[in-house]
Amino acid sequence: MGLFRSVISKLKAGLTRTRQALTSGLRSLILGRRLDEALLADVEKMLLEADVGVAATRRLLEGARDDFRAGKLTRSEDLLEHLKRELKTLLGGPAVEMAQSPSGPTVILVTGINGAGKTTSIAKLAAKYRAAGKSVLLGACDTFRAGAVRQLEIWSERLGVEVVKGQQGGDPAAVAFDAAKAAAARNVDVLIIDTAGRLQTQDPLMRQLGKIRSVIGRQIPGAPHETLLVLDATTGQNALRQAEEFSRHAQVTGIFLAKLDGTAKGGIVAAIRHGTQIPVKFVGVGETPEDVEPFDADAFVEALLGE
Amino acid sequence: MFERLNDTFSGLFRKLSGKSTLTESNVREAMAEVRTALLEADVSLEAVDAFCQAVVADAVGREVTKSLQPGQEMIGIVYDRLVAMLGEAPAIPQDASPEEAAKAMMAEGPGILAVSPGPTVVMMCGLQGSGKTTTCGKLAAWLKKRGRSVMLVAADLQRPAAVEQLQIVAETVERDMPGGAAVVFYGEPEKSAEYGKAVGVAVGVCQRALAAARAKGIDTVILDTAGRLHVNDELMGELQQVRRALNPHQIFLVVDAMTGQDAVRSARAFHQKLEVDGIILTKFDSDTRGGAAMSVKTVTGAPIRFIGVGERLDALEEFHAPRIASRILGMGDVVSLVEKAREQVSEQEAAEIEAKMARGEMTMEDFLKQLRSLRRMGPLKSLLGLLPGVGSALKDVHIDDKQLDRVEGIVNSMTPAERRKPGSIDFSRRKRIAGGAGARPEEVGGLVKQFDAVSTLSSRLANMSALQKVKAVKEMGASGVGGLPGMGGLNLRSKGSTHMQSIKSRFKKRRK
Ligand SMILES: Nc1nc2c(ncn2[C@@H]2O[C@H](COP(=O)(O)OP(=O)(O)OP(=O)(O)O)[C@@H](O)[C@H]2O)c(=O)[nH]1
Ligand SMILES: Nc1nc2c(ncn2[C@@H]2O[C@H](COP(=O)(O)OP(=O)(O)OP(=O)(O)O)[C@@H](O)[C@H]2O)c(=O)[nH]1
Ligand SMILES: [Mg+2]
Ligand SMILES: [Mg+2]
Repeated sequence: MGLFRSVISKLKAGLTRTRQALTSGLRSLILGRRLDEALLADVEKMLLEADVGVAATRRLLEGARDDFRAGKLTRSEDLLEHLKRELKTLLGGPAVEMAQSPSGPTVILVTGINGAGKTTSIAKLAAKYRAAGKSVLLGACDTFRAGAVRQLEIWSERLGVEVVKGQQGGDPAAVAFDAAKAAAARNVDVLIIDTAGRLQTQDPLMRQLGKIRSVIGRQIPGAPHETLLVLDATTGQNALRQAEEFSRHAQVTGIFLAKLDGTAKGGIVAAIRHGTQIPVKFVGVGETPEDVEPFDADAFVEALLGE
Repeated sequence: MFERLNDTFSGLFRKLSGKSTLTESNVREAMAEVRTALLEADVSLEAVDAFCQAVVADAVGREVTKSLQPGQEMIGIVYDRLVAMLGEAPAIPQDASPEEAAKAMMAEGPGILAVSPGPTVVMMCGLQGSGKTTTCGKLAAWLKKRGRSVMLVAADLQRPAAVEQLQIVAETVERDMPGGAAVVFYGEPEKSAEYGKAVGVAVGVCQRALAAARAKGIDTVILDTAGRLHVNDELMGELQQVRRALNPHQIFLVVDAMTGQDAVRSARAFHQKLEVDGIILTKFDSDTRGGAAMSVKTVTGAPIRFIGVGERLDALEEFHAPRIASRILGMGDVVSLVEKAREQVSEQEAAEIEAKMARGEMTMEDFLKQLRSLRRMGPLKSLLGLLPGVGSALKDVHIDDKQLDRVEGIVNSMTPAERRKPGSIDFSRRKRIAGGAGARPEEVGGLVKQFDAVSTLSSRLANMSALQKVKAVKEMGASGVGGLPGMGGLNLRSKGSTHMQSIKSRFKKRRK
């Protein structure tokens, strides 16, 4: 299955994982059972435990419940299929390819709350573009957190890409300006901007994202072409608020769902898709630059349901 | 959410009104709502079910306090149980204030963070990005302030620049709080390597750090370990090795307060492998309900010691169960109310009124002042909705400006003596005042009656616990204190004020 390819490769490399033992799939849950209210309750439980959330879970099961009560849905296997279909429709949808500037550098702005995985995800994206033969420049706009610039710099050294940085404690918009200017002057293919982690409740910091955007836009018309929100897959219902607020302030164009290699199912993205149109573009499945995969709705749903 | 719980409960129990005990079926029905509320707050299903069972056992057959509705009684039971459950903290009394908790943690000998002879060894562990390194710095600052020297040890040799990050954190503590007990750094940056290539190296680093700390006579050694997944046996094994080699006195599990259902799985695994001694919840400055607190507590049983409330190194608070319980139930974040209210009400003014209220000496003028500042506070509901316990009572209250002008007019046409002693206002005075204010005598009477009730309540509230206050205010709302039409909710202000005082002092402390 695509989603966990790199996890599996790690397994082969001798890393012991107990993931399989921890998950009990929907199929095994319904195996040999009649479709009844109790089974519906168990399925509901499973969705809740995947962080899909109360409201989205209810909505997902609404149709099935109605059909069951009306005698139209009678087999438990059909329930499974019904659910998969609903989820896949929900999570699929618009193309998830990364935008590309028709001319000049493509600029990707990476945002998210503290510790979500922004900087590491940038290393993953940079590695991907490099592998595709593109030239990449990084902008170290996290001038706040201790060691943040150095962290990105180490990644840039390992990946063999350049990085534009500024003063610790300096104005992140000024670094963004320098980075955009350098990207245009050197005519690199892709500029990826790292930002400091911020909570969606911190208004001045959220507005700062707007400023960074406009600074970049003035240097490179149409930029940023992509604004990614990095979400930690272990996050609960608060991720909804994150999606709403980051979209409002920074016009998020896609989600990078990091840390999906743990036992968290990342079901919160289903809840997010119920309320917004933001597509999930990538999933992060580890701490090395190779641990990234394009989002695949089918595989994600299979994993969510423990298949 | 609390408002909703409150409403639903009132509905559920309406048919019970007049009866004196909670029945099993009613309680179960109510628990379905509690369950949803907790799930929405990210409490793990497993923890929710365990909690609900305990509450049912608690509630069934319980007599309803005379003055309360069964729904209110039920909320009380849920809240109390949650506070007790979150607050269970071996070695520290359950009802300890944050200050008392800090003292207990620092007590010589049995103290959690001050064993003697030293050094006390503290190990941090947790998932990636939960806030370990930052919290190391916060703990160092916390200890330094209490006269303890600290060594921060960089045992994360895996994440790029993790060693540098901790070093900067240590230097920042020293720069921000120069002098006194020292905060030093220990690291072997040359041992850092790419992911998976330095596993196990941390053990030696920690051992050498401890030896260095002993030689220097350092009081506390804090080990900053790399973030890891609980299902990564190799990296979990490394933590076990460190544990065996150094025998830490405190192993803190650092958990992001925004964590969802997965909190039970990861916390359980960390606990099974390491026997965690305490929990630190970070990023509580976000708008999460923080149900993870309950999940983690349920599966580890370990006490929650601190909460992180910001990125700065002074943004660490001792855990206070009632506050987090209120938050999980959606009863409001009191601190943010105070933050807003502070901007509007002058501290001194508020303190004066508070003191008078407590002594039962509030005058009509003070009452008016309160109303005015209330008006200045802006969108009323959004503010009062943040106060615990106000709940649904306030939802339907409209304090419109016209109404307020009317009250003002009435008070203005009283003589100074009448304002100080509204009890003296008899019928003929009522008529005179009403005439002066262009109001009806009944309106004047209503206002006086309401004022009486407020001042009685506020002096009573001064000596109550938080939950008692909630109950008392509800009781008062339920008894339908007469007054001007649409003014029923004004009395709640008195509660806000008394509440605010204690909150304010806490808030000030936080800002230090
Ligand atoms: N297991 C796993 N860990 C990850 C993944 N992505 C990031 N991490 C780890 O999560 C931690 C935080 O990652 P960062 O990239 O520093 O996060 P950030 O959002 O830039 O953090 P701030 O800049 O401090 O807000 C690091 O230890 C990363 O190695 C992932 O997909 N899987
Ligand atoms: N808002 C807020 N941010 C916090 C808090 N605690 C930590 N952070 C931020 O969260 C991010 C991650 O913190 P770190 O201390 O690097 O986390 P870590 O657990 O050491 O991460 P790894 O070592 O990669 O596992 C940083 O941006 C911190 O500034 C908190 O209480 N509130
Ligand atoms: Mg970063
Ligand atoms: Mg760290």
